[in-house]
Amino acid sequence: MNFGLSADQELLQRTARDFLAAEWPPAAAHAVFDADHDGYPRKLYEQMAQLGWLGLLAPVEFGGAGGTCLDAAVLAEELGRAAVPGPYLANTLSILALRQIGVASVRRQWLPLLAKGQAVVTLAWFEEDTAAWPFPLKARGSVGRFGLRLNGTKRFVLDAHVADAFLVVCRLPAGRAQSTAIVLVPREQAGVAVRPMNDVDRTRRPCEVVLNDVTVPRRSLLATGGQAEKLLARVQNAAAVLLAADCLGGAERLLEMAVEYAKVRRQFGRPIGSFQAVKHRCADMVAQIEPARSLVWYAAHAMDALPRQAAYAASLAKGHLSEVFSNVAENALRVFGGIGFTWERDLHIWFKRAQWNRYAFGSPEWHRERVAQECRW
Amino acid sequence: MDLTYPPQYEAFRRRVRAWLRKNLPSRPRGLAKLAFDDPRRIERAKQWQRKLYEAGYVAMSWPKEYGGQGADVLTQAIVDEELVRAQAPPLIGQMGIQMVGPTLIQFGTEEQKRRFLPRILTAEEIWCQGYSEPNAGSDLASLQTRAELVGDEFIVNGQKIWTSNAQFADWMFCLVRTDPHAPKHHGISYLLIDMKSPGISVRPLIQMTGERGFNEVWFENVRVPRSHLVGELHQGWQVANATLLHERNMLGAATTTQQLFAALVRLAKLCTRQGRSAVEDPVVRQRLAALAMRVEAMRYHAYRQLTDTILGRPRGIAASVNKLVSTELNHDITVCALNLLGSYATQTSESKFAVDGGRWIREFMFTLGMIIGGGTSEIQKNIIGERGLGLPREPRALPE
Ligand SMILES: Cc1cc2nc3c(=O)[nH]c(=O)nc-3n(C[C@H](O)[C@H](O)[C@H](O)COP(=O)(O)OP(=O)(O)OC[C@H]3O[C@@H](n4cnc5c(N)ncnc54)[C@H](O)[C@@H]3O)c2cc1C
Repeated sequence: MNFGLSADQELLQRTARDFLAAEWPPAAAHAVFDADHDGYPRKLYEQMAQLGWLGLLAPVEFGGAGGTCLDAAVLAEELGRAAVPGPYLANTLSILALRQIGVASVRRQWLPLLAKGQAVVTLAWFEEDTAAWPFPLKARGSVGRFGLRLNGTKRFVLDAHVADAFLVVCRLPAGRAQSTAIVLVPREQAGVAVRPMNDVDRTRRPCEVVLNDVTVPRRSLLATGGQAEKLLARVQNAAAVLLAADCLGGAERLLEMAVEYAKVRRQFGRPIGSFQAVKHRCADMVAQIEPARSLVWYAAHAMDALPRQAAYAASLAKGHLSEVFSNVAENALRVFGGIGFTWERDLHIWFKRAQWNRYAFGSPEWHRERVAQECRW
Repeated sequence: MDLTYPPQYEAFRRRVRAWLRKNLPSRPRGLAKLAFDDPRRIERAKQWQRKLYEAGYVAMSWPKEYGGQGADVLTQAIVDEELVRAQAPPLIGQMGIQMVGPTLIQFGTEEQKRRFLPRILTAEEIWCQGYSEPNAGSDLASLQTRAELVGDEFIVNGQKIWTSNAQFADWMFCLVRTDPHAPKHHGISYLLIDMKSPGISVRPLIQMTGERGFNEVWFENVRVPRSHLVGELHQGWQVANATLLHERNMLGAATTTQQLFAALVRLAKLCTRQGRSAVEDPVVRQRLAALAMRVEAMRYHAYRQLTDTILGRPRGIAASVNKLVSTELNHDITVCALNLLGSYATQTSESKFAVDGGRWIREFMFTLGMIIGGGTSEIQKNIIGERGLGLPREPRALPE
């Protein structure tokens, strides 16, 4: 029995924390909230690529680190703690998808670029009514003489505005039935239109992607049927785990901010942290965060080693951690009082990230329902 | 117990309702895009208040000689109910009408009442509240903005913060320290300050919602005539508390909660879940009904308080209970809305994909602001515990 991080993982955690504290201070995150920032800090991403973090989950033969989901969760926690914007999540999920597909030339082309941070590839997956998998796909493709023709509207596509290519999820006719398919579509392909979906959390940039008679060659079809569905299920679970880890890091950061403030802010001639109402609020945050951390590690480990529990554990983690993060965000705001309600202070950055994290890749309700299903209740 | 209104009141209600149906301002699309403090938006808001006033529906219970109609509280309650029912926009002069106005009626000189009250009603003059300072929030009485009486003028120096609407307000009701040597509750005075006075500078602060909702205000040798002192010199704490009670009742208004809840129910009918209207979903029904119970409790609680007022019964800690319960309830209503919206919950007003123009994520944040403003929930609980229940006070100053 050893429920804990390896020495390497602890090193990754320390390195990432120190690096991001220096390279991604709150001032940098504030800048992303300015209207004209595209939300992709390229210099930071170059450094992260050099540190091997962008390719953490890519196989070694493609320039990656061949790491585990727990490794990625350790990093995601630190990215959440620092509120790092940009296509980390989009790219990591694409790496997970690409490394499992059958088309070798596509793997060879894209995985090294993604590991080096030289491309952005994002899943054009969710649609109008759903932002979690599985759901009945409306976007559809047809196979013709010139290749594949795609039509449909994709929503909540991460970082589409800076993407080089999309992994479009759609349905294809398979005999008389329909089959799920994943198709690679370059950004500049005719018929692709991208519109921003402005979110309060400016560290995330979801977009709408409309595909209007987009035609690509047949070799762009990366996966179909059961293989595609299994792969997407795994990507959904990985997204849940990575976001749960992000929530954990964000919640810890907010707790630290609140506690630090409660020690120095004085009212009625004493630090506000000496009032039991404030002290207990802080203690409640700790009581929420500490057990939750174990849930994240368990869910990441299940992705790596316990495939039958992966979905269950991912939903426990995402459903719970996203609630913890938003609770902590509210409580931290209450500790700060008026000053927490400003744009100038750091708090609102994490407060808003908590709101996005809450609903992305399945709301807490969606994950609760899935937990109940996985338990066969 | 009699929950009916006498016939003449019901007739009055029908008149108000008909008037509102005809005169409610339309909400042109472009307006929603204007900044919170855009002059065009303010101008429109003033026009609306003026129109409502001219129809005779603003602060009807104020005495006639100051622009009111000396109506009873029941008449006013009917207007408030109808405004909610019609989903009328809030009044821009709210802090004047609901906070400083009633305070002046109670404590002001005849000259002050005649000078200020009518223009509050017509929205000719907008007011802001200069209470909080960087080091005096929950502990308001430790405020340090200094006012020295020189001849028949006060010279004001210092800083206020979180002052809502100061960037477009014409007047501020302001707490200043006039006797720095007295114990902290005793050296405070309540002044009315012309925001156009030389020596005042205002810096808008952006709120987490992205709006310039509140400000920092600096005073550098600002001269205020002695005639703008409300109440006695150094006795401003008592006046300040009267305003605070009005503020808590305003923030704790059951009508605001009803309006927000009605919007939530509309949203639930609009949203779909698993192909059905969300309002048919058992989980959603449970949540809505649980909220409805709290909302309705506050509605009837407001009627009970109305009766207490009519009968002149003491209100005790009612204002603090109202403020605590309503602001927390308002926030819970917005949480329910976000959960209905799911992945669209966080879309802002700039997004083409926002539902209800991005209202709910904004209200979600705004209602937290209201939990903090006007005295935080913790402070209301302290008041309820100490003044209401007679529990011993928490230890205050720690030895250094
Ligand atoms: C949206 C908004 C609008 C506002 N508008 C105005 C305005 O127009 N005019 C104006 O004057 N002010 C305004 N305020 C300021 C508001 O009144 C103060 O923010 C509020 O009183 C809290 O003070 P503070 O921000 O200094 O927080 P602090 O007093 O520093 O409080 C920080 C935390 O400590 C807790 N705390 C403090 N003392 C105690 C205690 N004794 N026991 C237990 N807990 C305690 C608080 O509850 C809070 O959680 C506004 C605030 C907001 C958020």
